[in-house]
Amino acid sequence: MSLSLSLNINGQPRTINIDDPRITLLDLLRERLALTGAKKGCDRGQCGACTVLVDGRRINSCLALAVSLDGAEITTIEGLADGAQLHPVQVAFIEYDGFQCGFCTPGQIMSAVGLLAEGHAGADPERVRELMSGNLCRCGAYRGITEAVLDAQRVLAATAREDAA
Amino acid sequence: MNRFDYIRPATAAEAIAAAALPGSAYLAGGTNLLDLMKVGAARPERLIDISRLPGLDSIDWLADGTLRIGALVRNADLAYDARVQRSFPALAEALLSGASPQLRNAATVGGNLMQRTRCPYFYDMASACNRRAPGSGCDARLGETRLHAILGWSEHCIATHPSDLCVPLAALDAVVEVDGPNGLREVPLEALHRLPGDTPQTETVLRPGELITAVRVPTEGVALARHARYLKVRERTSFAFAVVSVAAGLELGGTNIRKARLALGGVAAKPWRALAAEAALEGGLASEEAFARAADLALAEARPSGENDFKIELARRLVVRALRDALTGTPADLPALPASPFAPPSGARHVA
Repeated sequence: MSLSLSLNINGQPRTINIDDPRITLLDLLRERLALTGAKKGCDRGQCGACTVLVDGRRINSCLALAVSLDGAEITTIEGLADGAQLHPVQVAFIEYDGFQCGFCTPGQIMSAVGLLAEGHAGADPERVRELMSGNLCRCGAYRGITEAVLDAQRVLAATAREDAA
Repeated sequence: MNRFDYIRPATAAEAIAAAALPGSAYLAGGTNLLDLMKVGAARPERLIDISRLPGLDSIDWLADGTLRIGALVRNADLAYDARVQRSFPALAEALLSGASPQLRNAATVGGNLMQRTRCPYFYDMASACNRRAPGSGCDARLGETRLHAILGWSEHCIATHPSDLCVPLAALDAVVEVDGPNGLREVPLEALHRLPGDTPQTETVLRPGELITAVRVPTEGVALARHARYLKVRERTSFAFAVVSVAAGLELGGTNIRKARLALGGVAAKPWRALAAEAALEGGLASEEAFARAADLALAEARPSGENDFKIELARRLVVRALRDALTGTPADLPALPASPFAPPSGARHVA
């Protein structure tokens, strides 16, 4: 079975032919498109290392069939920075030590970008922790992650105010 | 994962025709089905991708205030809908107590109803499981049973239905709209899931090809909105299935209970409506004694299916707690840790 997909990946329109409908979005990104930022941790939707944005919303790419996403816009960690200018969430993760080994970090950062777009956390660290609970960190960098998310939110809000002014 | 044919029909009629063939399965959010397929617990020959069927992804309000949820509405969109939170707060609290934000962005309401048990023996292909392989036995029976049933189970199967959303839906008399080879019909949510008996492999009353198109929540439930809670005890405070959960709603007239709604999750192969407890509460005083009596009635038929007799007392206490919290009143804002009985007051930090 040959299937043709149109996907916009990190701003680039792509037409991709796949020979098997079993390919998940995660496997498509990693194995066919050499975008290895999203990680395969559990491959069961439990660890969040594979988190990417699909049409602006964070999902577990390991639990989505690529073929079912025909026409979607995908954003991965590779598409987050603006050239050499890191995204404010990336800057904040470095600033606040939001990682140690780094394996879960692309998923943590994409999840945080999704969280901030959703806008349900406010300035409440408890809500940030709850809304980041789909991303596991075996190094236990949760404190830094929470602080990074809150800081990135402040930076993004300040930038939005400057842009409006 | 087994090989399968992938079909993306343009209409519900095409989807139903394809799904009526043996070996077919509907695919929507895929968050449960793909997981099952990866371990081999589900091996469909044909996936019918219904995720783009038109007209099934809206939240509508009928003229009388009844909520109609399209089957393809994502859990996150339902949970954060302002009018849903106002009119049926227990639905939002239940939804936000389940899964993770990534999963809630993908998972659909129809899929939530149709999700399979999380019994580890059902997932483990090396274990005997009558639900997955009829006649093979039930390794859960003498196994780890913290997540297993205390109500409505049989020697053939002790699995529970894992949905949070279904628990308040059952309490609120929700109705499931179904389309199928023989046309449209409606099923009360409470009658959708079957108890295992000696055919645990038949999990719902849906027939081959039948497709859930919407769930209706009758307007009568809005009267409970000021006193409605969903509480969930789990092994960790977030991203875990219920050991026991309770949806409770009260409509008060002075200090008396005019109307009571009560359902339990994590205790049976279906969301467990506690009708006798509701009847005992209605017309009486809203008191600790009344709540304790209701809890006894709700668990009157309960018996352990393994080393899980603690769940009976846990469920009793959670019923009392949920009724007490409902009496106190629905919080103005959803708690930071939705449905957790251990949640600190809103906005407080539990790590100093």
